Amino acid sequence: MYYSQFLSHVCMPHAVLSPPKRSWNSSESNAGRRVGHWSKVPRNVNLEKLRSGYLFPEISRHESEHLQKNPGASLIRLGIGDTTHPIPDTITQAMAEHVRGLSTIQGYRGYGAEQGNMALRKAIAGKFYQDMGIKAEEIFVSDGAQCDISRLQLLLGPNVTMAVQDPSFPAYIDSSVVVGQAGELEEETGKYGNITYMNCGPENHFFPDLSTIPRTDVIFFCSPNNPTGHAASRQQLKQLVEFAKANGSIIAYDSAYTAYIRDGSPRSIFEIPGAKEVAIEISSFSKFAGFTGVRLGWTVVPEELKYSNGFPVIKDFNRIVCTCFNGASNIAQAGGLACLSTDGYQALRNVIDYYMENAKILVDGFEPLGLKVYGGKNAPYIWVHFPGSNSWNVFSEILKKTNIVTVPGRGFGPAGEGYIRISAFGQREQILEASRRLKLYL
Amino acid sequence: MSLMNNLSTSMISSSSSAFLAPTSFNASRTRSVSVPLKSLNIVKCVSTPQEQQTAYKTKVSRNANIAKLQAGYLFPEVARRRAAHLLKYPNAQVISLGIGDTTEPIPDVITSAMAKKSHALSTLEGYSGYGAEQGEKAVRAALASTFYGNLGIEEDDIFVSDGAKCDISRLQVVFGSNVTMAVQDPSYPAYVDSSVIMGQTGQFQKDVEKYANIEYMRCTPENGFFPDLSTVARTDIIFFCSPNNPTGAAATREQLTQLVQFAKDNGSIIVYDSAYALYMSDENPRSIFEIPGAKEVAIETASFSKYAGFTGVRLGWTVVPKQLLFSDGFPVAKDFNRIVCTCFNGASNISQAGGLACLSPEGLQAMQEVIGFYKENTKIIVETFNSLGFKVYGGQNAPYVWVHFPGRNSWDVFSEILEKTHIVTTPGSGFGPGGEGFIRVSAFGHRENVLEACRRFKQLYN
Repeated sequence: MYYSQFLSHVCMPHAVLSPPKRSWNSSESNAGRRVGHWSKVPRNVNLEKLRSGYLFPEISRHESEHLQKNPGASLIRLGIGDTTHPIPDTITQAMAEHVRGLSTIQGYRGYGAEQGNMALRKAIAGKFYQDMGIKAEEIFVSDGAQCDISRLQLLLGPNVTMAVQDPSFPAYIDSSVVVGQAGELEEETGKYGNITYMNCGPENHFFPDLSTIPRTDVIFFCSPNNPTGHAASRQQLKQLVEFAKANGSIIAYDSAYTAYIRDGSPRSIFEIPGAKEVAIEISSFSKFAGFTGVRLGWTVVPEELKYSNGFPVIKDFNRIVCTCFNGASNIAQAGGLACLSTDGYQALRNVIDYYMENAKILVDGFEPLGLKVYGGKNAPYIWVHFPGSNSWNVFSEILKKTNIVTVPGRGFGPAGEGYIRISAFGQREQILEASRRLKLYL
Repeated sequence: MSLMNNLSTSMISSSSSAFLAPTSFNASRTRSVSVPLKSLNIVKCVSTPQEQQTAYKTKVSRNANIAKLQAGYLFPEVARRRAAHLLKYPNAQVISLGIGDTTEPIPDVITSAMAKKSHALSTLEGYSGYGAEQGEKAVRAALASTFYGNLGIEEDDIFVSDGAKCDISRLQVVFGSNVTMAVQDPSYPAYVDSSVIMGQTGQFQKDVEKYANIEYMRCTPENGFFPDLSTVARTDIIFFCSPNNPTGAAATREQLTQLVQFAKDNGSIIVYDSAYALYMSDENPRSIFEIPGAKEVAIETASFSKYAGFTGVRLGWTVVPKQLLFSDGFPVAKDFNRIVCTCFNGASNISQAGGLACLSPEGLQAMQEVIGFYKENTKIIVETFNSLGFKVYGGQNAPYVWVHFPGRNSWDVFSEILEKTHIVTTPGSGFGPGGEGFIRVSAFGHRENVLEACRRFKQLYN
């Protein structure tokens, strides 16, 4: 069955931007009488502006509901981008050794530096920022990019304006709302009033037309991109850096998927001359090393990056890290160091190759069906176009009919509407089975 | 790291002085700060004064809230002075009784669980990716039954985290900038600093050493380290730590009942920091939820740091009861959950495996032994200062000894102790103006070091 026939079985798009919000349990009885003690503490208006749960727990919720209705269902999870492959031995052995050391006098470690273990910071600098002039002192080890994004927002405060790609990883927008930068949600467009949405689609090669983008203080940019899979070219990033420089903006560059690049695209914003004066780079061991549960990442804040009054951003970031954080787990950091050893890194490359082979299988599966498929070449995400559709409905249909969990493109922003994101993490048999089921159904 | 706070921006942008300025943020954590020797001979001016002036600046305004902070966070400042001291006396046997950092190895029963989890991550059956942001079910259940068994706190009221310090900031993010807060004075600096960063406060007022808009609840020997609530203005949030860091005071059931009543009457929310609860010797409440009605007015935050030596492993938890509601009836737990899902991604699964082992009968026993060891340290320190004629507080219910140096500036006393005995302590004023005239001595350390420190104290003050 061709995808056009599939579409006719799917409800036409309507005004629902997200699945209906579950109403919270008010302790008011039906008669409107207040039951129990209510504090006099006002709820944070910023949190009120968030209309639904964070995207990925919502996906989980749908999954659970589906499983409840279909207890025997053989679910294949290609939704939340969760790694599935065991972590190579050499890395877990390093962590186990470190752990055993914690039971000894010589090996015991208490509080670490909040910025991270210096050996790890040096290893990250050496491995990823060689020849880019990034120093270990500019690297802050963390418990992951999601946490760093929020710490960055805390740093920047409520009075900055921001731009995001549309579609984009939801934490940028959600954290912006939480911190009070975003303004009101406009129901018709599904956009927050103070956020600039930079449309990224096939028509503009997934790179925004910067000549149409107003100046904002901060520009979130993710490459390789989640969810579209697009890796920005050197030319595109040069434009971006120039744009930031001309506008006095700061780029918050998310490079969490850099290890998946296969085509020679830049792996770091700092490959672009002048980037150190305009960019912060956030990265993660999650998708690189299967550390989604272990929790390890880093953020680079160059010393050259200055606020409008000349004050170095790195000083304030450091203050946030020392005040609102207490360092990544030393066990995770021991693992991180092993990831960057020759053996560790090679073993991880093999895992990444495995996931990218998954991606190829999925991409190859869709193309003969006449579906436009993007991504899957430099990132473990496939971005499938279902023109004219409501992506939550497509998500639901796919789940119902094939027991495959995906992510509706609308969850990543208004420009994600009409797309489905399929992640390439999973055991090979599952990926093959998923591909079979999708071919059959579509 | 905090050296950066004192460097002028010109030093950072000028290549010539970059060699001389300490570049490592970890200068404070290592035994010595290395200065590349050859660069001292060749001072090559790469950037000219003109270039410094035209060094590129973005047009992004610095966050005014962070600009309100007066200095670096307290403990890196203490560490910086320690590092500077070591530069001066490279052979000194420095003993650290400053930052409350655990020193004793983690019991085997706990580390073997973490080692097992680490190995399991290399297997198909044992590998796990993202965990629930709120923490693993088993850990939440074990926390509920271990600490809140008969208090009506359920598994899903508990949120596992990477530590209390991080939870404090996440709570501040939940509350936002338009709430007022009260803290004990003195108190753990993260409450005030996170409040400033969130924009809840006004400027720092140098004359009184307080931030405008924060209600400081003075806790002194005179009031038994419990504030006279009749003199405390209403605030939305009340941070309360018991057993207290830094004073070591443990609030009684009667005091906490008063506090809960106060919060109830005022419609306030108590954020109760119970990180030291297991150090309690007296029969005081270990959880705020032992007080009837507390579930409607309080959040409790806790940590494995000082129980299991997890200061580097990173694991803690926060309890947000379902009954806790904002003024519009919206449950606080729902917003906390949203923050946890958006701004956090769960505590490390290996740390959580350790946490679960901590809560096994064997693990609890092992933790009690380690805690007992530190309590013995505390006893030794208390006896030492008592014998020297000092007025000494705390030490009974917490691993901190709060020593009074009447009329003296606490940073001066800190410096004097460091200079003359090579012992690092923490100056009381770092915890707020109510800490002036006090020194906090922490009781974490190897027994020999604690004994040696006490010998040196005796020498200095006899």
